[in-house]
Amino acid sequence: MKLVVNGETLDLDVDPEMPLLWALRDVAGVKGPKFGCGVAACGACTVVIDGMAVRSCSLPVGDVDGDVRTIDGLVRDGRMHPVQKAWMDEQVPQCGYCQAGQIMSAVALLEEIPHPSDAEIDDAMQGNLCRCGTYPRIRSAIKKAAAAMPVTLDAET
Amino acid sequence: MGKILRRTFLVGTGVIAGGLAVGFYTGFRPHENPLEAGLADGESTFNPFVRIDAGGKIHVIVPRAEMGQGVTTTLAALVAEELGVGLSAVEVEHGPAAGAYYNSVMLEESGPYPVFAKTLLAETTRALSGATGRLLGLQVTGGSSSVRDAFEKMRHAGAVARYLLLQAASEEMGEAVPDLLIEGTEVVSASGERVSLGVIGPKAALIKPPSDLALKDPSEWTLLGKPQQRTDLLAKVTGAPIFGIDTDLPNMVYGTVRMSPRLGAGIRSFDMAAAEAMPGVIKIVRMDTQTGTGFGVIAENTWAAFQAARAIDVEWEDAPYPDDTNAIMEVFRGRLDSGAAGSSYRDDGDVEAAFADAPADLVLTADYEVPYLAHAAMEPMNATAWLRDGKLDIWAPNQAPTVIQTVCAGIAGIDAQDVAVNTTYLGGGFGRRGEVDFSIYATLMAMNSDGRPVKVTWTREEDTSHDTYRPAAAGRFRARVDADGAVEALDMRIATPSIIKSVGRRTFPSLPTGGPERLLTEGAFDQPYTIPNYRVTGVETEMPVPVGFWRSVGYSFNGYFHESFLDEIAEKTGQDPIEMRIRLMSAHPEAVMVMKKLAQISGWARRLPDGRAKGVAFTLSFGSYVGEVVQVAQTPSGIRVEKVWAVADVGRALDPGIVKSQIESGIVFGLSSALGQEITISDGRVEQQNFYDYDAMRIHQCPEFEVVILENAETIGGVGEIGTPPSIPALANAIYALTGERIRTMPLGNHIAFT
Ligand code: FES
Ligand code: FES
Repeated sequence: MKLVVNGETLDLDVDPEMPLLWALRDVAGVKGPKFGCGVAACGACTVVIDGMAVRSCSLPVGDVDGDVRTIDGLVRDGRMHPVQKAWMDEQVPQCGYCQAGQIMSAVALLEEIPHPSDAEIDDAMQGNLCRCGTYPRIRSAIKKAAAAMPVTLDAET
Repeated sequence: MGKILRRTFLVGTGVIAGGLAVGFYTGFRPHENPLEAGLADGESTFNPFVRIDAGGKIHVIVPRAEMGQGVTTTLAALVAEELGVGLSAVEVEHGPAAGAYYNSVMLEESGPYPVFAKTLLAETTRALSGATGRLLGLQVTGGSSSVRDAFEKMRHAGAVARYLLLQAASEEMGEAVPDLLIEGTEVVSASGERVSLGVIGPKAALIKPPSDLALKDPSEWTLLGKPQQRTDLLAKVTGAPIFGIDTDLPNMVYGTVRMSPRLGAGIRSFDMAAAEAMPGVIKIVRMDTQTGTGFGVIAENTWAAFQAARAIDVEWEDAPYPDDTNAIMEVFRGRLDSGAAGSSYRDDGDVEAAFADAPADLVLTADYEVPYLAHAAMEPMNATAWLRDGKLDIWAPNQAPTVIQTVCAGIAGIDAQDVAVNTTYLGGGFGRRGEVDFSIYATLMAMNSDGRPVKVTWTREEDTSHDTYRPAAAGRFRARVDADGAVEALDMRIATPSIIKSVGRRTFPSLPTGGPERLLTEGAFDQPYTIPNYRVTGVETEMPVPVGFWRSVGYSFNGYFHESFLDEIAEKTGQDPIEMRIRLMSAHPEAVMVMKKLAQISGWARRLPDGRAKGVAFTLSFGSYVGEVVQVAQTPSGIRVEKVWAVADVGRALDPGIVKSQIESGIVFGLSSALGQEITISDGRVEQQNFYDYDAMRIHQCPEFEVVILENAETIGGVGEIGTPPSIPALANAIYALTGERIRTMPLGNHIAFT
């Protein structure tokens, strides 16, 4: 079956019932999205499809409709995405395991709401667990990225 | 003295015995530089911490597991500081598993003494225990010990490398050493001449270093003591494949495990025909091991393995412990009722006499309990193993590579030197990854995969229900106060299982473990309070539920016991909880300064509007003095944790940015447990399975933080775990101040509603 990942069309020989996460990780070799729970309870596997943050562990690959954006495709022409830059500036990660998911959720949030309030950040980000407790820096990095991000972002690529 | 020394040696017995097997091969002779064997052409090394490649790039080996605590930054900075280069000039690696990377500091505090005890006996015990770590080549990340252990050795490694490189460059370039500078991959002279470190390195390696190299005075430091950019940032914001679960090898197969949910129980009957017939399944392996019994499924991909594991039809034997949580806790309570002697690491004055004549209205008593807890690291347990030509390679996010090396060599029936353990980045550790189970299972599966590497990933359900849990504990406490509020006597009895024995049994089953253990009462017996009659007794409780090291270990529950009960005493005697603590800790100025600073930054004396309240607690752990104030608020959707103030005296903050984030991280970890975490057992099985029934704090529940770091303490303290212990009682005490309800069993969320 065909799957578009970060703008590239892949031809994968997989059971359409296989969750997108495992099709990406084990079959397509795209390792940015992480496995944390398998039941849409932690956000480690978050990817963006059609501007929506999606838990790839709970979506059969056969049901995917649209380009799957993962953290692996966030750097463009050697330039980091403003969210990644803000994450660097604020030194957000500790163990880092949740951060690919956190960053993709933040990307989806800022594309929908360029200047989110604290309540909107809470809403969009509470599905992303961080056992290292990096939340205060996640919040400040989102605000920093919001300030730095052009309102028109190439959301559709 | 002889008798006591014998006893103190026994204290660490578990750990010592645990290391013995390692030591048998690697101890009793000086540790070799493990980098020498792997040098490529044109590369050089001067000690186990520094390697220069042919292109002149400096590689620093950080032999501790990076699990978010920032060791790859701070330990590398120790070397870079003395080398005189910036952090960005060095490449950081975890390095191989080797005795040269022994941790001596972790064992130093395994004796029955508070960290501030400086008696000859206490110091002798520290020296002996520390030497044991070195002798046995115990390479372990734990006990918040990495920086303390590395502080001298890694600065020294940097100083030696600098000396040798400049010496060799001076000969090569005909310039005096003071006119030379290391810059990136080169040595630069005052006249602007440059030569690559790749050229100089092999020559430098031939020079004999002097034995008395002076280290920089802290006033000359340019990196240490200042916040650095973390060396692992870029990889972590770009989703780089750095974790164990990302391991990728040629021709690799995938796997998972399904182990007995009745921990320690065997298989009664099973049928795996249906599972074996499922698409993508390669082989199912029965596993009977020292850490568990069950099945390993080898498949074409992880998802196929997960499906097949679920499809194995199996009936498990009965658990070796009582069937449900209440029956288990009854055993703990029974130990308290029994009057068993236990071990009293603190026994000041005459406690029995102090209570014998106490009028009832001046005595306060209370029973407390805490549950088992899971680690729930974000990255589920996993390991990759590859067995070919009699050699075993393991890739694992782990905290104890030399232990894995020894144990897995035994499993595969090969020599330890034929086992290479590659430590990946860890998606959280919190103590769980010092265990050997995930590596044992991967090894067994690699023995059944026809020479192909196998990556074995546990499901979250398997991870949550097969942890090595933070032990449950029950405490019975009494205090005697006098009419004007002074604390005359404090007596604490704590029933909990031995972590050391549990770890020892499953790690090195053939070796004996024994002796009393400080983990039972650390956090209660070793606090800097002076009370005339003061006794803390650990009553070891036999209970075969596997228990292990969980961030801050004994401090995680004894801190709660001690500090919540102190709050009860303050309440009964009508004293302010901070002022009372300051009076009791007056013999320890570092502790007093922490509490004074805490009162100041938290505005402790200010009155709060209705519907808001504060609670306070203090715990000295891992050599650091930490006080915390938690503020809670009543909201329409439940109680909200609004803000946490923390003051920590860590002696010396080598990277204040990392120290601050570690303290916040420890607090979130502790508060997560207090809000709602609890591992319960029913039908002999752990009931909790995944984040939906074993959750942790989320962003919308996370308080604001204000952290102040002090550096008054004489020695460097740990930072990775110290935020956790006081956060739990500080929250419980704040809840009491808000609601008037004194909650003596965790989690608090069982009694009240949080947002
Ligand atoms: S792995 Fe998908 S949400 Fe946890
Ligand atoms: S950084 Fe470790 S789980 Fe978030």
